Amino acid sequence: MAYIFPSEEWVAQLRAKINSSAAYASSAKTWEGDFHFIVEPTGTMKEPVKLYLDLWHGQCRDAYLVKAEDDKKPEFIIAGSLETYRRIFDKKLDPIQALMSRKLKLQGNMGKVMRAVKATLDLVNCAASVDTTYPNAA
Amino acid sequence: MWFFNSPEVVFGPGALSYLDELPGRRAFIVTDPTLHALGFTERVAGHLRTAGLEVDHFAEVEPEPSLATVYRGAEAIRAFEPDWIVGLGGGSAMDAAKAMWVLYERHDLQVDEISPMVALGLGARARLITIPTTAGTGAEVTWALVLTDTAEGRKLGLGSRETMATLAVVDPELTTRLPARITADTGLDVLVHAVEGYTGSWHNDFSDGLCLKAAQMVFDYLPRAVADGADAEAREKMANAAAIAGLGFGNAMAALAHAMGHALGAVFHQPHGRCVGLYLPYTIEFVVAGGESRYADIAHALRLPADDEATGAATLVEAIRGLMRQIDEPTTVAGMGVSPDDHEAAIERLCDLAEGDTQIVISVRIPARDELAALFRYAYDGRKPEWL
Repeated sequence: MAYIFPSEEWVAQLRAKINSSAAYASSAKTWEGDFHFIVEPTGTMKEPVKLYLDLWHGQCRDAYLVKAEDDKKPEFIIAGSLETYRRIFDKKLDPIQALMSRKLKLQGNMGKVMRAVKATLDLVNCAASVDTTYPNAA
Repeated sequence: MWFFNSPEVVFGPGALSYLDELPGRRAFIVTDPTLHALGFTERVAGHLRTAGLEVDHFAEVEPEPSLATVYRGAEAIRAFEPDWIVGLGGGSAMDAAKAMWVLYERHDLQVDEISPMVALGLGARARLITIPTTAGTGAEVTWALVLTDTAEGRKLGLGSRETMATLAVVDPELTTRLPARITADTGLDVLVHAVEGYTGSWHNDFSDGLCLKAAQMVFDYLPRAVADGADAEAREKMANAAAIAGLGFGNAMAALAHAMGHALGAVFHQPHGRCVGLYLPYTIEFVVAGGESRYADIAHALRLPADDEATGAATLVEAIRGLMRQIDEPTTVAGMGVSPDDHEAAIERLCDLAEGDTQIVISVRIPARDELAALFRYAYDGRKPEWL
């Protein structure tokens, strides 16, 4: 079954993939930090969509679609277009290159992310393993 | 979408004289105490004065430069208000100059904020010139910079495509007095840049040719430069090869041998080029066993047997180890003098550092933790694991 990105169901699937990934558990074993992943409006998406992920020592402790009233202030915010996320999940765009070329915009300590590049890649591998469909393709 | 960045490169014997006509008012030279004592600062300053520039300098850059040094140098630069900053030396001096340039232009930034994510807007106050005195790092033509946070005991890999020099002066006459051992160590760094720039996952059409050419030049000229430092042709070709490889890998990144070499250097304090060079053959064997690689192209460029990828990789590994023996470089970590007990005690730390190194994800085959530990052990004594 394919899950629409971005959605509550998709992020729940991602959490399950992260928590069953031995590779991520190993490479992110010292990682402590939570994220908002913002998908910028495009096509039928009239508003930005935020996904929250709380990543802690190789596990995902919490993950959900952020509601408007949620005022959580995560350590990191990553924002990009739906197309950019899609290209990353399809392995057509390297996530580090996306950050370095500012296709993905990061707020937070870039140095901390760059010291966890293998964990970043394993996280993307988890996302890529979710059976995904996209709003414009639905 | 990706980029190819390069400074203007002035190269060849006498290239330093290009500075005789440099437009501007003031130039500030950033270098290290050894080069300063050997007269390099004055040699460059003489050319700048010929152009009518006022010149000042900061000659306190240490190997693996600290943040404190960078802040101190930036203060001196602010007091002098130059319109040119000149990084003179090996990678340390040039990297320190890049960071000082940013702090001079951007009073609001801290060093660890230099990243590709931040628009720096450099060039309003000064531009950067890089002048290498070794033939190795390629820092004269790359935008990356490595500094050391002594408080936290870690290296900071920083940079922005904006921290690229405006002008790189590659004058081989500045390398003629390099000792043979440093020539060999830094020359191996050039080879690793060339091979990893060509074979890493960020390889691209713009960098490929540069990497192949640099690899050829290392095999042709490094043994001569090590054997006879006065061999002017070998010195010139190696100086050019370092910059060519720098342009290649600087726009395509390095990979697994760099990740492992950085880790070894941090733990056992061995020279950078020696560390990354030592791991290169082992990482080639590991990557080619994964089934996706481009080593046969390099072997072919070196006129080695390369009928298929496995053959090309094998002959390339053999050629690299042959080159290392020819220039008297160790081919195992044991050969560096590291004891088996010390190495075994450091395995977890080595793996942690390598896994935290940006370069590891550029490898087309990224080792799992147990594979990485096995690779470190393989390179310790050269005893190949059965699974490889």
